[in-house]
Amino acid sequence: MGDAGRKHCSSARFKPKMPAMLAIHGLTKSFLSPDGHRMVVVDVAAFSLGAGEQLALRGESGRGKTTFLHLIAGILAADSGFIHVDGVDMASLSEPKRDRLRAGKIGYIFQTFNLLQGHTVLENVLLGMSFGPGADRGHARAVLERLGLGDRLNHFPRQLSTGQQQRVAVARALANRPKLVLADEPTGNLDRRNATESLALIRETCREVGAALLLVSHDEATLSQFSQVRDFVEINQAQQGAVA
Amino acid sequence: MTILLIVYRSLRQHALSTIVTACSLALAAGLLMTVWVVKTQSQRTFTQTTAGFDAVLGARGSKLQLVLNAIFHLEASPGNLAWADYEQIKQHPAVKTAIPIAVGDNFHGWRIVGTVPELFSDVEYIPGEKYALVAGGRFFEAGKNEAVVGSFVAQQLGWKVGTTFHPFHGLAFDEQHEHEENYAVVGILEPTNSPADRVIWTPLEGVQTMSGHNPAAATEVSAVLVQLRSPTAGFMLDLMYNKQGNRLTFAYPVGAIVGELFAKIGWFDRVLALVAYLVALVAAGSVLASIYASMSARRRDLAILRALGAHRRTVFGAVVTEAAVIGALGAVGGFVVYYGLMVVVSNVIRVQTGVVLELAARHDVLWICPLAMIALAALSGMIPAVKAYRISVAETLAPAS
Repeated sequence: MGDAGRKHCSSARFKPKMPAMLAIHGLTKSFLSPDGHRMVVVDVAAFSLGAGEQLALRGESGRGKTTFLHLIAGILAADSGFIHVDGVDMASLSEPKRDRLRAGKIGYIFQTFNLLQGHTVLENVLLGMSFGPGADRGHARAVLERLGLGDRLNHFPRQLSTGQQQRVAVARALANRPKLVLADEPTGNLDRRNATESLALIRETCREVGAALLLVSHDEATLSQFSQVRDFVEINQAQQGAVA
Repeated sequence: MTILLIVYRSLRQHALSTIVTACSLALAAGLLMTVWVVKTQSQRTFTQTTAGFDAVLGARGSKLQLVLNAIFHLEASPGNLAWADYEQIKQHPAVKTAIPIAVGDNFHGWRIVGTVPELFSDVEYIPGEKYALVAGGRFFEAGKNEAVVGSFVAQQLGWKVGTTFHPFHGLAFDEQHEHEENYAVVGILEPTNSPADRVIWTPLEGVQTMSGHNPAAATEVSAVLVQLRSPTAGFMLDLMYNKQGNRLTFAYPVGAIVGELFAKIGWFDRVLALVAYLVALVAAGSVLASIYASMSARRRDLAILRALGAHRRTVFGAVVTEAAVIGALGAVGGFVVYYGLMVVVSNVIRVQTGVVLELAARHDVLWICPLAMIALAALSGMIPAVKAYRISVAETLAPAS
């Protein structure tokens, strides 16, 4: 993002006032629609999440929640604004540096798990680590054992139940000892019992490693387990379909 | 380690296309190496095969035909020359050794060559090596119906010392033209890896006076194999026989004349090489097509890797490395194809000419070709790698919510 794109913060470089694991200011993201109009999908004036804090964002599908998480993770580049992750402005980094920051400090749990089907359970976790601080086989084993997958290390994802696949995804997200865990509808593909267990596991494991957790979901049962829940529409000022 | 793990798993996941692609590369690499090695090694071996002689004197005609007939025991003789011509060159002060040969008979297609015992006693067919006999045999005596048999002929016919046979008239086998004379094998030559292994050697007089031969042949020989005292003598005799005379042909130097043969069939080498290059190109195309076709299936995996923190250049490198590994597998398979083809081709050459190609010979193409194959495969991998480089993680992994 160039300086011209930071029109919302032209006065001075944004510095979060309080020590926060995640601090966002003036964040916008728009896409070009098929009919040629530019649609603003994310417009977040300010948002923060403290270290070790756990917050759930409520929002219906198509409201830009995933885009918001992608921006925080550096998977997408913002049009403007600042995203401080553990004190580093993600939005100002080049793509390779965003990749490195994501690999080192952010754990991402996808709704569809996104496991590598050709790799074993252990390899899925090790690969995630290898792009960050480095593959640590012992630690990867320990995390998987902690999540009850000690006897499934050499299984391939297709050989696991849906709940077990979810736990592999959690292990992969947490194995790097991230400072921030982003969870995008992590229980969306699970039945109620598995969803409850899985969510408890995610929250508990995040607590154990001291990671902040930002979860987005439209499922009230999931949201009800969080003490802190915010509506995404309150944070995101972009009106769906708005033309920039 | 990370890239290698990604590559290994990807190759396993697409094992069938990996094997098919590697096989096509192996075929290309094997063909290229075989064409190149056979071409260069046969050229070198043939031009070095002189049977220990510097020149051949024969009837007026083609030098190449003369050399092929007298040294390689191929082709028909261009004609005979008088015994007096043999005596003349033998007495020439520039000539160290002159060995007459007479051809015109065979046994079941194996050529019978009449010569003098000095061929075995005086001539080194390669420097430091004279013809030697398998234990239990001896060289023939002049004027007797005796034969010394080349190792390959003996092996093919199952002949031993004491075997007897009737020669057949002509260079090609015709069972209607069996001679009356009965010859006895008195010795088997040790292998020489030269055309001599494919010959049945008999005393010169026998071939000259065989029943049914033209009586005039009794005072003629087919060619004279010549060793010179110095290289300059060759040019002198070349002038004497070829420029000033018009009855005889003096083929000198033997190696250079055989080289002319390769110059004449050079187009064939080029066609073979062209075919091999085309096969290599098609194989490289198959690497590209194979990886490119699998990109749709792998798009999600590559996006996941990117989401986990892999740089664009990492996924680019993984795809190129995968292509290079397929190239390496093809190169390894290429050696299998190469050795298989070399065994067949060298055996054919040995059967047809007696010249033996060295299977284990080192040649630059044996490392250049595999490396080029790997580089070509990696280059082919660049196009799908660019596609991998451009993958949009957000669009590939998750629907907007």
